[in-house]
Amino acid sequence: MFEGLSEKLSAIFDSLTRRGALSEDDVNAAMREVRRALLEADVALDVVKSFTDKVRSRAVGANVVRSVTPGQMVIKIVNDALIETLGSEAKPIDLDAPPPVAIMMVGLQGAGKTTTTAKIAKRLAERAKSKVLMASLDVKRPAAQEQLAVLGRQIGIDTLPVVAGQTPVQIARRAEETARLQGYDVVMFDTAGRTHIDEPLMEEMAQIKDAAVPHEILLVADSLTGQDAVRLAKSFDDRVGITGIVLTRVDGDGRGGAALSMRAVTGKPIKLIGTGEKVGDLEDFHPARIANRILGMGDIVSLVEKAAQTIDAEKAQRIAEKMRKGKFDLNDLADQLAQLDNIGGLGGIMGMLPGMGKIKGQMAAAGLDDKLVRRQRAVILSMTPYERRNPDILKASRKKRIAAGSGTKVEEVNRLLKQHRQMADLMKSMGGAKRGALGKMASMFGMGGGMPMPSPEEIAALQKQMGGAGTGAPSEPKIPAAPPPGAFGPPRMPGLPGLGGRLPGLGGGFPGMNPFGGKKK
Amino acid sequence: MNDHDTRTDAPKRPGFLQRIFGRGPDAPVAQPPEARPESPQTRSPPPAPREGEPVRPASGPAGIGIAPEPPAAQKPGWWNRLKAGLSRSSASIGQGIVDLVTKRKLDATTLEELEDLLIQADLGVATASRITAAVGGARYEKGIDAPTVKRILAGEVEKVLAPVAVPLAIDAAARPFVVLVVGVNGSGKTTTIGKLAAKLRDEGKSVMLAAGDTFRAAAIEQIKIWGERAGAEVIARAQGADAAGLAFDALTAARQRGADVLLVDTAGRLHNRAELMAELEKIVRVMKKLDPGAPHAVLLVLDATVGQNALNQVEIFGKTVGVTGLVMTKLDGTARGGILVAIAEKFRLPVHFIGVGETEGDLEPFAARDFAHAIAGLDR
Repeated sequence: MFEGLSEKLSAIFDSLTRRGALSEDDVNAAMREVRRALLEADVALDVVKSFTDKVRSRAVGANVVRSVTPGQMVIKIVNDALIETLGSEAKPIDLDAPPPVAIMMVGLQGAGKTTTTAKIAKRLAERAKSKVLMASLDVKRPAAQEQLAVLGRQIGIDTLPVVAGQTPVQIARRAEETARLQGYDVVMFDTAGRTHIDEPLMEEMAQIKDAAVPHEILLVADSLTGQDAVRLAKSFDDRVGITGIVLTRVDGDGRGGAALSMRAVTGKPIKLIGTGEKVGDLEDFHPARIANRILGMGDIVSLVEKAAQTIDAEKAQRIAEKMRKGKFDLNDLADQLAQLDNIGGLGGIMGMLPGMGKIKGQMAAAGLDDKLVRRQRAVILSMTPYERRNPDILKASRKKRIAAGSGTKVEEVNRLLKQHRQMADLMKSMGGAKRGALGKMASMFGMGGGMPMPSPEEIAALQKQMGGAGTGAPSEPKIPAAPPPGAFGPPRMPGLPGLGGRLPGLGGGFPGMNPFGGKKK
Repeated sequence: MNDHDTRTDAPKRPGFLQRIFGRGPDAPVAQPPEARPESPQTRSPPPAPREGEPVRPASGPAGIGIAPEPPAAQKPGWWNRLKAGLSRSSASIGQGIVDLVTKRKLDATTLEELEDLLIQADLGVATASRITAAVGGARYEKGIDAPTVKRILAGEVEKVLAPVAVPLAIDAAARPFVVLVVGVNGSGKTTTIGKLAAKLRDEGKSVMLAAGDTFRAAAIEQIKIWGERAGAEVIARAQGADAAGLAFDALTAARQRGADVLLVDTAGRLHNRAELMAELEKIVRVMKKLDPGAPHAVLLVLDATVGQNALNQVEIFGKTVGVTGLVMTKLDGTARGGILVAIAEKFRLPVHFIGVGETEGDLEPFAARDFAHAIAGLDR
């Protein structure tokens, strides 16, 4: 959702970083642009003002460290200020209370409360192994209770049986009692949508709160909300004291101003973000990473974590073993391609890499998309197991058959084979280079022998390698942690700038990325 | 542009008066959706009497647990409600203006702050700058009082909005007149369809509904309840069914039964999801097979709380399915209708209706003058 803003900001900073020295006027001019960009991203005006003031005063007072351009300094300061505004650390949902832990969802009509309720319930059931009961207190919108019941059936979460004619407060009491008597760990209250100036409904919400005694009260808010986000969040917070915010529709192309504003005004953390229509589309909110994304510096850490989660550790070990022996057959390539798909496809990865905003557009224009990855998988799947293990035996007639089987052309089969060969060679050489950054990256992605999942230290080390691009504690006194050259500003090469030097592991860890290499020629 | 005004305003005036009861916007608005059956007829101004008023059968929505309504919940007039809704933005703008110009002369700082105020109402940076410039104009460095600034502000806003305040014209030649309703998730499409169905029924038209949101859980039940309330037949398939196929069926059925209007609901979709937009395109394509003119109107439903992103929504939905008009919902709440000004300026798309509540009657034709005055914090 942040692409628009990040493009704008990177253009502003691009002109800034090219300068050798910065005057106060330069900073002021840049801040005016930042102000406008943030306003166009729907960040609330007050928040924008305090933000630019903060940055300006720091930027003017800061000592420019040798070897860092003043522009880079400003970026660093903006980045830190962004993180502060978004909240310094991720705060997950807190279940630390005697069961049944009550979670109450509040928000405007159409914010996505019911869908989010189901998403959170599923998440808690899966990750925290909680027994969850969902209750709809929405007696206003037609079929709202039915909606939650249907969702519950879909995801296998119990919902409170509907008793017609009960008031929301009565339903809340009944839900609490049911949860207590039947031994549920968590009980979720999905309330009706209400506008924050609708006094009777706000009063009703307060009564529900008194009846349900929720441990968490989550405000569900649309990330596409405009300037109103602030008042909205404030009114709900004043009235019932929300404990956190869930942002929905983050997969839209809004610029995410609501995230900045609501956090800044209420001081309440954004706990989760909804990233799609499917029940699994819910993610933790990491302020530092979002700040990085807003600045267009990418979200390396997110990428690594996501990759680590998705990549099956055992499989990775097996591949690593083969890699060391220089044996990396087409089965492994197919696995890698499948994993790439799981992580969110090329588009998903590109979104998390630094300065990729523009590249993404170019990729789309060049027709480089996930279909390519899927076609490559199709080619491999059209081979016999024997062929996959021994690609060398593939001659013209076999290739013709494979091309026909996968609906591609022989050239595409050839291209894939060539890529596979190059990758196998690369992996063989990487297998030895375990100490260097290369080996480290490989182990990050579960490729190395000893470390199937990256430990926190590893991630920290990676961050350092990335030039401490803002994910460190913002209050850290040692200022600039020089941003890696090339990590800022729009990449100038059509390829994958920054990747070559900074993320060598991608070349090896994600052989699936090589389609770029293939296409570039 | 003034014709629009008189046209949209004139027939409504008695309605307002009728509906402005003693209750201020602060009085309890206990009005669950189906407050209508028992509520006094006076609160619905349309001249056409509601024939065949569907008294909700006991087995109906109550089955899925909708609270019994307190009897005879009166509603304040929509103007009051619109104003109450807009009041937050009008109050802040209005108060801001008073603060601004009573203190000093109209100088650059004042203008900048005025621009900020407009930005806060979601008018967007470009529109806010333009209006500020218009306010600045010849009055620079002159003492200027708040009501004047308000009037100028209202005038500027109205100037932008008046050309787009166009009612939805149902062409009687097209039978059925197909209205496709699109929008992002949660913008209020289904509710708008329910309200629109009731409105058209009151105008004496036969209406059919197509439950095209086959994705969201219970969306079909929701529109069925609305259909029941409006006495309109609902064509539905199971959840997960192909929406385009359903649209085809619905259009076929509407033709057979000679319905005047077919309202086609769609699943909410974010405009940047290419695959979902393609699905929407398919719905249109399929309907065109039966009737090359269909859909005769494509309404994009926008949520009043939305910020600058609404511009993207209008643009992309417009490109994909040829949006012919807008409906802005939830103006009773947060009510910074400001984005509508920016949209009007950029796209000049008609704004047909505004939604100001959750009950059937809460859909009103869009009136530029009222809206502009409400935004500027002026009385009518």
